[in-house]
Amino acid sequence: LNLKMNFTAEQEYPDLSQHSNHMAKVLTLEMYANLRDKQTSSGFTVDDVIQTGVDNPGHPFIMTVGCVAGDEETYEVFKDLLDPIIEDRHGGYKPTDKHKTDLNPDNLQGGDDLDPNYVLSSRVRTGRSIRGFCLPPHCSRGERRAIEGLSVEALGVLDGDLKGKYYALKDMTEEEQQQLIDDHFLFDKPVSPLLLASGMARDWPDGRGIWHNDNKTFLVWVNEEDHLRVISMQKGGNMKEVFNRFCTGLTKIEELFKEKGHEFMWNEHLGYVLTCPSNLGTGLRGGVHVKLPNLSKHEKFGEVLKRLRLQKRGTGGVDTAAVGGVFDISNADRLGFSEVELVQMVVDGVKLLIEMEKRLEAGQSINDLMPEQK
Amino acid sequence: MKSWLKDESQTRSTFIWRDLVCFYRVQMASSFARILSSKRKVGILSLVGAGSLTVGFFLNREQHVNAGAHVRRIYPASAEYPDLRKHNNCMASHLTPAVYAKLCDKTTPNGYTLDLAIQTGVDNPGHPFIKTVGMVAGDEESYEVFADIFNSVIKERHNGYDPCNMKHPTDLDSSKIRGGQFDVKYVLSSRVRTGRSIRGLSLPPACTRAERREVERVVIDALAGLKGDLAGKYYSLTLMNEQEQQQLIDDHFLFDKPVSPLLTCAGMARDWPDARGIWHNNEKTFLVWVNEEDHTRVISMEKGGNMKRVFERFCKGLQEVERLIQEKGWEFMWNEHLGYILTCPSNLGTGLRAGVHVTLPRLSKDPRFPKILDNLRLQKRGTGGVDTAAVGNTFDISNLDRLGQSEVQLVQTVIDGVNYLIECEKKLERGQDIKIPAPISQFK
Repeated sequence: LNLKMNFTAEQEYPDLSQHSNHMAKVLTLEMYANLRDKQTSSGFTVDDVIQTGVDNPGHPFIMTVGCVAGDEETYEVFKDLLDPIIEDRHGGYKPTDKHKTDLNPDNLQGGDDLDPNYVLSSRVRTGRSIRGFCLPPHCSRGERRAIEGLSVEALGVLDGDLKGKYYALKDMTEEEQQQLIDDHFLFDKPVSPLLLASGMARDWPDGRGIWHNDNKTFLVWVNEEDHLRVISMQKGGNMKEVFNRFCTGLTKIEELFKEKGHEFMWNEHLGYVLTCPSNLGTGLRGGVHVKLPNLSKHEKFGEVLKRLRLQKRGTGGVDTAAVGGVFDISNADRLGFSEVELVQMVVDGVKLLIEMEKRLEAGQSINDLMPEQK
Repeated sequence: MKSWLKDESQTRSTFIWRDLVCFYRVQMASSFARILSSKRKVGILSLVGAGSLTVGFFLNREQHVNAGAHVRRIYPASAEYPDLRKHNNCMASHLTPAVYAKLCDKTTPNGYTLDLAIQTGVDNPGHPFIKTVGMVAGDEESYEVFADIFNSVIKERHNGYDPCNMKHPTDLDSSKIRGGQFDVKYVLSSRVRTGRSIRGLSLPPACTRAERREVERVVIDALAGLKGDLAGKYYSLTLMNEQEQQQLIDDHFLFDKPVSPLLTCAGMARDWPDARGIWHNNEKTFLVWVNEEDHTRVISMEKGGNMKRVFERFCKGLQEVERLIQEKGWEFMWNEHLGYILTCPSNLGTGLRAGVHVTLPRLSKDPRFPKILDNLRLQKRGTGGVDTAAVGNTFDISNLDRLGQSEVQLVQTVIDGVNYLIECEKKLERGQDIKIPAPISQFK
C-alpha cells in the first residue's frame, strides 16, 4: 500500500475507456481516490478487487461484474464501489435492503411432478464460504488447505442418503478421474481469464477436490471459485426431491461446521457471502434441462423467460449453446429472494413453459398463457 | 509524501532522497518481519500433515482492527510450504522447507514476498525434459532479500556461476569484435537482444499501474532523444491504429499479450495493454519493447550476415539510451555480481541473446550436430523463437550463456561458433569430414 501512495490517484487510476463491465461503469477517479488507501485486515486492496475487471474489458452485450471479494470484509471496506454494482446487478437491490434466507423445503409447493417427457434433469446449486478465512482470490496455501481440511471433516460425518467420499484433485487415480469425468462431476483448472485474472487458480490443484455421496445426487466442490459449491441433482423432473436434499444437506453441513466452531459467511443484508458479487444472497441457481424445441423458436420465448424471471443457457452451462432444443432453464435472480422463492419460480415457470411447448406441438396458440411480469 | 516522481526533470539530488526512502522502507520491512515472527511464537496454528487436519484458531488483533473483523490467519511455514512433489523447475529443486521457512516472512521494501516470487513455479510444474526457472523477481531487492533461493537457482541455471564470490564483466565496446560478417549464402539474418530495467521502479510482476506508466514515460522520453540512424517512433499498444498495427505485424515487430502461463502466473500481464508499446527506429533495425516481460527489451537486427554492424548498433543504442536516462537522473539496474537485473533469473548478467537464422541442410542432419553446438556453447531454436521447431533447414543459432561473460565475449562466441558451423557445412558440401571442436570454457 505504501508503494502505491507514492503516486497520485490519477497516476494509478486504471484506463477503463474500452471497458464494459459493472466495475468500469461505477469506478470513477474520485471513487478510486477515496478507496485506494484502504485495505481489509488481511490486506486486500481496491486494486485487488478490480484487477479482473481491468484485465477483462468485457463485451457490450454481456455485462460481467469485474470485481471479486478477497474476504468477507471486502464488501464492507469497499462498499462505495460494491453497493452500486450490487444494485445494478441484482435488479435495484438497495444498501438498506434485507435479504431473506429460507431453506425449509416444506415451503416449496409442488415441484415433484415436472413432466419427465420434457424435463431430463433437475439441479440446484449454491456456494458457501467459511467465516474467518480469505476467499479464493486472496487465500494463502495454508488457508486453502485448512478450508479443505475442515470441509472434508464435516462432509465425512454425513450419513444415510448423504454418505459419500472425497476425491482430492492432486491425489486422484486415473480411474477415479475417468469416473468423475463420466459422471460430469470433475471440475478442471479454470481457463476463463475472468477467473484467472483474479488469482483464484493459484497453486492449482493444491487444496482442491470433489466430494459426492454414494448415490451421486449430492456433490460439493472444494476451493474452486468459492470455498464450497454445493450441488444437488438427479435425472428427471422431481425438483422437490432435489431441493429437499439440497436443504437437508446444507443445513447438516452448517451444523457440523458450527460444532467445530466455524460458521458460514452470512449477514442480513447480503445473505450468503461469496467471491463474486453476482452470487450474493442465496448464491442459488436452480434449474432443469428441458426439451423446448418449439417454444425456443417462438418469437416470444425471450419475453416469456424475462417475465418468469428465468434465464436460458446451453446444456454445457454458462456461455454454451443449446443442443437439440434442450435448454438449461434456471432462475435469473440470486439476491432479494429466498431460496424457496427462487426454486418456486423455477418450478412454476418450467411448468408453464412445458404447457406452452405442448400447445405449440399441437399447433395451438400460447397467447392466453402469457404470464405477468413477476 | 510529495510525489517527486511527478517531476519532469530529475536531478542527482533525488538519488540521495530515493536512497533515504529505500533505507526507511527497509527498516520498516524488517521491523514488520520481526513482529510477524514474534506473533508466530505465541500463536498456535498447527496444521498436522496432509492427511489429518486439526486447525487451532489463533487470533491476535491489531489495535486498528474493528471489533468483529478478523485478522488474517497466520500459519506456520510448514502449512504454507507448496507441494512440489510433481515439479521439475529450478525453484522446486532448491526450495527446501528450511529455505522456505527462513524466507517466507521476509519482504522487500516494496512489499514483494517469496510466495509472489515463486507463484509461477508453483503454478507451472514444468516438464521432465525442459527445466524452467520457476521464479521471478518483483524488484531489484528481490535478488538480495531472497538470495538464499535465488543464488541456488542462478547457480543451477548459469552453470555454476556463484553470485557470492564471482563478478560479472560488462563490456559494450563493439570495436573489440573480430570478424562477424557471415556468408549470406548461409546466414539469412542477424540479431542481438537484451533487456534493461529502470532502477527504483518495480519489475513487471509487481509494478503498479503508475510505476509501469512511469517506466514507459522515462523510456520513451529517452528514446525520443536518439538521433541519426537511431531516430525513431513509439507506438503505444493502447493508442495504435489499425494500419500501424498491421505494419508492425508485417515487420514481425508486434508483441501481443503473453499467453504462456509461465508469464501470466507471475502477474506480468496485469492491466494489459496499459503502458505497453513498441519503439523502433525509422530504418527498422533497432527496436525496443516497453513493459512486456521486462521494463525494456532492446533488439538490434538486420537481414543478412553483418553481425558486427548489428552489435555496433546494439552497443551504441544502449549506451545512448543509458546516457539519456542518466541526464534525467535515472539509471539501469545493475550490480557487479549479477550484471544487469531483469525479471527472470535466466536473463541476468548480459541478458544477451545474439543469434542468426542460418541454413545448414547437411550439418543439421549430421548426428554430431548437437554435440558440436554444445561444445561451442550455442543453442538451436526454430525460427519462431523459443519453443518452436525449425522450418526447412533454417535454424536460430544463439549463445547459451548469459551470466559470467561479457557482451563482447558472448557475441564473439557466437561469431566464432557460427563460422565454425558454416565451415562444417562447406566441408560436408565438398564431401569432407568434419570434427567436433574442443569444448570452450564457460567462464573466462
